[in-house]
Amino acid sequence: MRLDIAKKAAAVGLGLALLAGCGGGGEQAADGPVELSFWAWAPEIDKVVDKWNADHPDVKVVVSKQAQGDDLVTKLMTSAKGGNPPDLAQVEFQALPTLVSNDVLADVSEWAGSAKDKFAPGIWDQVTLGGAGVYAVPQDSGPMMFYYRTDLFQQYGLTVPTTWDEYAQTARDLRAKAPDKFLGTFSANDPGWFAGLVQQAGGSWWSVDGDAWKVSVDDAATKKVAGYWSGLIAEGAIDKAPMYTPEWNKALNDGTQIGWLSAVWAPGVLKGNAEGTAGKWAMAPMPQWDPAKPRTGNWGGSTTAVTAASKKQKAATEFAIWLNTDPAAVEALVTVSGIYPAATSAQEAQAKPPAFFPNQPDFYTQAAKIAGTSSGFTWGPNVNVTYTAYKNAMGEAISAGADLVPALTKMQAATVDDMKANGFTVGG
Amino acid sequence: MTTRVSGRGGAAPKVAPYAFVAPAVVLFLLVFALPIAYTVYLSLFRTEVKGLGLGKGGRSEVFVGLDNYWRALTDSELGAGALRVFGYGAILVPTMLGLALVFALLLDEDRVRARGFSRIAIFLPYAIPGVIASLLWGFLYLPGTSPFNQLLRELSLPEVDVLSPTGIYFALANIAVWGGVGYNMVVLYTALRAIPRDLYEAARIDGCTPLQVALRIKIPLLAPALVLTSLFSVIATLQVFAEPTTLAPLTNSLSLTWTPLMKVYQDAFGRGDLYSAAATSVLIALVMFVISFGLLRLTRSRAFGGER
Repeated sequence: MRLDIAKKAAAVGLGLALLAGCGGGGEQAADGPVELSFWAWAPEIDKVVDKWNADHPDVKVVVSKQAQGDDLVTKLMTSAKGGNPPDLAQVEFQALPTLVSNDVLADVSEWAGSAKDKFAPGIWDQVTLGGAGVYAVPQDSGPMMFYYRTDLFQQYGLTVPTTWDEYAQTARDLRAKAPDKFLGTFSANDPGWFAGLVQQAGGSWWSVDGDAWKVSVDDAATKKVAGYWSGLIAEGAIDKAPMYTPEWNKALNDGTQIGWLSAVWAPGVLKGNAEGTAGKWAMAPMPQWDPAKPRTGNWGGSTTAVTAASKKQKAATEFAIWLNTDPAAVEALVTVSGIYPAATSAQEAQAKPPAFFPNQPDFYTQAAKIAGTSSGFTWGPNVNVTYTAYKNAMGEAISAGADLVPALTKMQAATVDDMKANGFTVGG
Repeated sequence: MTTRVSGRGGAAPKVAPYAFVAPAVVLFLLVFALPIAYTVYLSLFRTEVKGLGLGKGGRSEVFVGLDNYWRALTDSELGAGALRVFGYGAILVPTMLGLALVFALLLDEDRVRARGFSRIAIFLPYAIPGVIASLLWGFLYLPGTSPFNQLLRELSLPEVDVLSPTGIYFALANIAVWGGVGYNMVVLYTALRAIPRDLYEAARIDGCTPLQVALRIKIPLLAPALVLTSLFSVIATLQVFAEPTTLAPLTNSLSLTWTPLMKVYQDAFGRGDLYSAAATSVLIALVMFVISFGLLRLTRSRAFGGER
């Protein structure tokens, strides 16, 4: 029965494609609508998709909340091996090379190439992997920012740090004034967070050199970042417990953690984890290494990708472009799902601040300005291996009270070994 | 136990017996033998990437023989994981079985009151899934949310961090003890109830104290049940996965490859390398097989000596 529908749907998809190609559109296929399956996890994204379904009776998109982030990547790879992946999936930027290398995603440059100018070049480069193909349509981005409790900053007479030196000093000052409080924590559980900090410092973990990959997870910029945090941990200026634990939630709630280096999507997390602190937080640009050249990194951010096994790639691509560039769709994504859109026009159009930040009316104007300073970054084909190595090596170093810089060597070795074992060409 | 059924001599082969066995055999082949065979098959391959590995047909499956096994055997993380599990088991198994034995003996005493209630109360944690139990204990362990640490703070005593790299062994063993004592206690208790009561009476008439009855009569007669429970406990120990996986995001002390099974999971689903995960699984299964049978052989002569 299912197969039947799929075959029919494929036939209809082809028919529609032909119709659209002739500019004939508007006609309903007699055989019933095309159905596209879509795996996504953005909150309430089904409501946004309903808008598409209302306007497009001939192409019905069905949302299925299978898993989030890395788990969804695992599910996608498994389902692609099994031969029954969905037509569309929400995929984080760093997972794109892994999925492309496993032949899970389709190259949709034929239909999506024209969407290029809707996005900042740095964002678009991440979906082309620096080549001629287009493997996904950007959905949201996660430029990093610094969040802090305005009331507690005032109480302890602290000023918002604009450089990393000031951040360290602020952390020490706070410890001196309130020994049970922290300005932030170094989380060995959040490799994406660390990767964002590294991007800001100008690090580059992967690059393509002709026909070979170049891997430099332990480059100078990354060492600088790891060394900086090692110092803060060693002197006890910041906390070293992981984020996203019940303990951390409580610390955000009761003011034990009075700051958080996070990304533009933080208001949603704070609302969920520390509801009682509404209106007490404010957002500022990240502390800088070089204040003359302000930069930031990205933590998170995702795309809508079409799978290689889908028989309805054209229709699926049209939906992906609509979802992420159509003004009404993007507005719904922002207001309903609470994401920060990747499309540049939508970033500027945000008038109201997030509900959790009524005290900062220009939240999105500032955010757009910060997003403009994002550093580019090339992800490799085995980010998951590097991320696991980060969790293991950093966790071990922190619990042993050791320096974090040697942990980078382990991450580099794990990444390169895995790539070589799989037969990737890895250059010096 | 040594009697043998003698052959029926010359009876013609019949179809009926085979027909009766067929469903079991088919199920065995389908859900047991076939997956194992497929795992062994997978373990002999790996994928190979050409160049950058981007674009179509970048990967192919190649036969590598026993290469995956060699790699698993020389993998230092896997060896370290096995050692950690042995350390965890060394704490867990004696504690759990010791407590289960004590509780079973106590409940078997006629003087004990509220026996039914105590039995259920001790057994109840076994009904709670490992993941839920780990989350629950995780809250109690995290210094920031732990009521114990709060109490210590109130009393201005030094706080304990059970999630430190050494403490974590005890923290994990504690979860398993909490969940496992009840089950083992019920097995031992049932075995105790099966011992003829007149033995105790005879002992009492001979002037045995309750302690002597326990040490000289009950425990020796419990030996088969103790062997069984320790075998189950050792196997459960080697399979530990849910508890450390659930606690890992809460602490820096647990890596994602802390136990061999966690490593298999990471290989298969974190790295997407089903082939080496299959090889490691086969090795783990072999080790468990050897340990289980070794343990049985070692103890059988003592525990089941009377039945020979």
